[in-house]
Order: sequence, then structure tokens, then C-alpha cells
Amino acid sequence: MWKFIVRRLIITMPQIVVLSLFVFILASLMPGDALSGQIDPNISRDAIDEMRERLGMNDPWYIQYKDWVVGAVQGDFGDSFRFKMPVTDLIWGRIINTFWLSLVSVIFIYAIGLPLGIISGRYNDRLIDQVITGYTYLGFATPLFIFALVTLWVFGFHFGWFPTGGSVAPGLEPGSMEYILSKLHHLLLPGLSIALIGVVGTVQYLRSEIIDTKQKDFILLARAKGAPESRVYNRHIFRNSVLPIAAFFGYEITMLISGSVFVERIYSYPGMGNLFIESILLRDYSVVTALVLLFGLAAIIGALLSDIILSIVDPRIRIK
Amino acid sequence: MSNKNNAQEVEETVDFDKFDKSPSGFKIFWKELLKDKLALFSLIFLVLITAFVFGISWILDQDEIVTVDLFAIYEPPSSEFWLGTDYGGRDIFGQLIIGTRNSLLIGILVTVMSGFIGIVFGVVAGYFGGHIDNVMMRIVDFFMVLPNLMIIIVFVAIVPKYSVWSFSLVMTAFLWMGIARLIRSRALQEKELDYVQASRTLGSSHTKIIFTQVLPNITSLIVVTMTLNLAANIGLESGLSFLGFGFPEDTPSLGTLLGYATNPQTLEFRWWIWVPAAVLILILMLAVRNVGEALKRAADARQRRA
Repeated sequence: MWKFIVRRLIITMPQIVVLSLFVFILASLMPGDALSGQIDPNISRDAIDEMRERLGMNDPWYIQYKDWVVGAVQGDFGDSFRFKMPVTDLIWGRIINTFWLSLVSVIFIYAIGLPLGIISGRYNDRLIDQVITGYTYLGFATPLFIFALVTLWVFGFHFGWFPTGGSVAPGLEPGSMEYILSKLHHLLLPGLSIALIGVVGTVQYLRSEIIDTKQKDFILLARAKGAPESRVYNRHIFRNSVLPIAAFFGYEITMLISGSVFVERIYSYPGMGNLFIESILLRDYSVVTALVLLFGLAAIIGALLSDIILSIVDPRIRIK
Repeated sequence: MSNKNNAQEVEETVDFDKFDKSPSGFKIFWKELLKDKLALFSLIFLVLITAFVFGISWILDQDEIVTVDLFAIYEPPSSEFWLGTDYGGRDIFGQLIIGTRNSLLIGILVTVMSGFIGIVFGVVAGYFGGHIDNVMMRIVDFFMVLPNLMIIIVFVAIVPKYSVWSFSLVMTAFLWMGIARLIRSRALQEKELDYVQASRTLGSSHTKIIFTQVLPNITSLIVVTMTLNLAANIGLESGLSFLGFGFPEDTPSLGTLLGYATNPQTLEFRWWIWVPAAVLILILMLAVRNVGEALKRAADARQRRA
């Protein structure tokens, strides 16, 4: 197993290098540079040119790339043009919000997906399974942003049960109980929107996995030796079918990232996805570059995590 | 019924001339459709709506619809404006028709282009195998792991002289990997089959085998995947247009209409602007998917209902 993990880690390295090159090229295609954030009518053209020379912006690309990577590793992405503050500080405030939103979504995904998948697989082709399968069929065809708009309209505006924007009610003391509750209240609706659509894959996978496992010999054996039905399901089938789901956790990260862009935008939630769209619209490219790099890193690390969990859970894939 | 009975019956009743040729793919699909009323209905709906939006938008003038009319801002539905107007006094119903046409067009365009790249890439990698396959699949792996939605948005934002063409090219550049992977795994199996060996022994070139022998044999997989991709691409395009990174402003798509709902006032009080577009996208995606699922079953003899 260690051999597999080490090999998988080695594959990750070039992926990160290519990603950084890709983002670097993307960044150089964008108009403006690290100094755009400091342009000011009081600074003369010459002073800017001098600063440009000093910062090495006239160097060949590979030296610029090296400097950029060194900076990025140390957390230096330049300054935001719009906020006149270091990109790192700006992003840091938003990462935490996105982290909470993702966490709530993931919890909902598993809390909804596991029971639905298990019920659907256990009672396959009965009425309850047909209802659940119908739901996954619809959910698979529904784009997340439409669903999020509708939930916001119905539960946020029409019924007024949930706040329609922001991450916390204004004027509350950070750390107090009310503050935390208000945060949760703001997270529930966007989190549920992501989860109700994101859950579809999990349910479909779990259902077919359980139906497959049901017909395996070891289940027949468990039944033959007289194990009660609940034990057959909870111990034998569930364990075998649910472990791969745990491994998909890393891949969910990619889904959460693109989901967060839409949902944060719709709920005007101050997270990274929203920051990304705002920055693009206002041509704040140093922030955009940093965010694309971070999102890419998160996706690569997610895939790595998934593969490692999968190799622990399922010995068969270690062979290749 | 026992086997013995079965055999007797076959001898008595079957006219062997019928078995000269196995039924064509189209016939199988048609039979499957007749069994699956939902898919049949979806197909009819798709044909009708395509004919309708293309027919109407031939008569309707896009420039006239997207022209601002300040005297008719945010009109609710009436006999003059069937579905009301938007913030520029533009008729929603007209925009809905043009939007559907544009969404369908770009969906098809992107599906065909990304499908073409993916198929060629996948079939070459799978057919040759070995090192070539290894290198090509690492490229696919890399593209798969990128946060594609963000990168498409960045490209859309920085491309100079932005047009419908550059939009579809950008989308294509990041959407060909899934189909490449699928086709490759199928081509890997296919090349082990005897007919490829036989053809090779007879002296056919690799190009000929790939494009005239292997590809036709995986057509069913290609058709099914492309149909399902079409639904996904329509969804993605409307999502991008919704965020404001899709079609240029003067070319409305279904997503553009939904994008107006980011204004809370519109979302809450002016449902006529965005609800029809949302419903239409949902129905379109479901219909394309229903047809795709029927195709999928027709392509796999074990799943057929007919």
C-alpha cells in the first residue's frame, strides 16, 4: 500500500508543476500586472518603469516564472487592484466562509445520500425505490444554479424562512451563541441546495452497488447461517458498498468548487466563488490568478486524497 | 416455456428469410422508442420546439427584440407582451425564442466539436495503446483535474474580440476529456478483436482500420454519449450565461434571462422574466436526456425493453 501511495504522490508533483505553468501563462495573458494595483496619478510613468525593472518584470519568462512560484509558495500573490490590500489577506477571509459552506454541504450530502441510497438499493423496484430513482433522474437533469434560484425564491423570499444573502446578520458579537446560530442559519439554505443536487451521484452509485452486493455468495452464506436481515444489511452489505463512497470524498471537492461559484453568487455569500466572479468582473486579475491556482490545487489534492482512501479501502486497485 | 417447445415453435412458424440481415440500428432505436412513451414524447417535443424556434426566429428579427424600449420597462405579461418585458423594455417572449435557438445551437456546436476532438483522441490512444496511450491519457488526466468552470470563465473574460465562436471554442477546449476517456477504454477492447488482426494481416493501414473499421463499431457508444453530453452542455452554457460569461450581451440565451434574476427585485416580484426560461431549460435537458437514455438502452441488447 505504501508503494502505491508513494507512486501516487510522485504523479501529483508534475501535475502541480503543469498546473502552475498553466496558471502562469493564463496570468500573463491577462491585461495588467502586479503593479496595476499601485497605479496612481501621482506616480510618474518613469517611476513605474523603474519599479517594473526592479521587480524583474523585464526578465525572461522562466525567471519571472521562478519568482512567481517562489512568491506563491510563500503566500505572496501581489496586491488586489480593487481592495488595495495583499491578495493573500483578502482570500484568507473568504476561504473560511467557503470552507463552512462546503462542510455543511458535505454533511448534508452524506446525511441525505446514504439513507436514500441504502433504502433505494434494499427495496429495489418497490414504490419507495421508484420515488427515489425518480428524484435522482430529475436531480441529475437539473442545473444547480436553477435549483438554487428556486430555493432562494421560495424559501428565502416567498416564505421568508431564511436570510437571502450574506454570511451572518449584522451587528452580532463574533463568537457569541447568536453569532454562530446566525451563521448556521445563513448556511442552511445554500448548503441544502448544493446537497440536494450533489447527492444524486452518491445515491445512484450506492443503489447499484447494494443491488450488486445483494447477489454475492457471501450474502447468501450470511443468510444461510441464519443472520437476521438487519445484520445482513448493516454489517455485510453496508460495509462493502459504503466504503467506495468514502473514497469519492476527494472528488466531491471539484464538484463543491464549481457549485460554490453559482451558489455563492446567487446567495451573495462572501466566499471564494463569489470573490472570483467579482474579481473577474472588475478585472482584478491578481486575485483571479491566485484563486484559479488555489482551486486547481484543491482539485488535485482532492483527487489524490480519493485515490489514497480508495487504495486503503479496496486493495485491488493497488496492483496497477 | 421449455426449450423443446420453443424449438418446435421456431421450426413451425418462423420464416427464415427474415433472418438474412440483423435489424438496423435505427430500427432497434425506433422499436425502443415505441416501448418508451416518455422518450418518444421527448423526441417529438424536441423536434417540434426546434422547428418552432428556428421557424419563428426566421420571421422574428433579433435586433428588433434586443432593442431597448424605455417606455415599456418591466411590463408584466399582457396581450402586447405575452411574457412581459425586462429592464430594457425588451419582449421576454421574443427573447425566450431567440434564447432557446441560441442555447440549442451552441449546445449542438460544442457537443459536436468536443465530441470530434474527444473521439479522435480517444480512439487513437486506445487503438495504439502502450506508450502513446500512456502519454495521451496523462494529458487527459491533467485536463480532468483542472477547475474547468473557472478556467472557461477566465478565458471568456480575457479573450479579445469576443464572439459566439470564441465562446464555443473555449468551451470545447475544456470539455473533450470525458468522451476521450470513454472512447479510449472501448477502443482498447475493440482492438483485441479478431477483425482488427485480420484486417492488419490483409495489409490495411492503421488509419483505415481506425476510421473505417473500429469507429463504425463503436458508433452506438458515440451517439449515446454525445446525446447525454448535449444535455450537459446546454446546462453548462446556460450556467455560464447566467453568470454573465456566456453569450455576448446582444445575443440572448436562456441563461441570460435567468441572469436577470440575480437582481433580488426581479427574483422576487418579476417572475415572468426568469421562470419561463428556467422551466424551458429543465424541460429541454430532461427531454434530451430521455432520448439519450432510450438510445443507451437500444445500444445495449441486455437493457432493451423492446
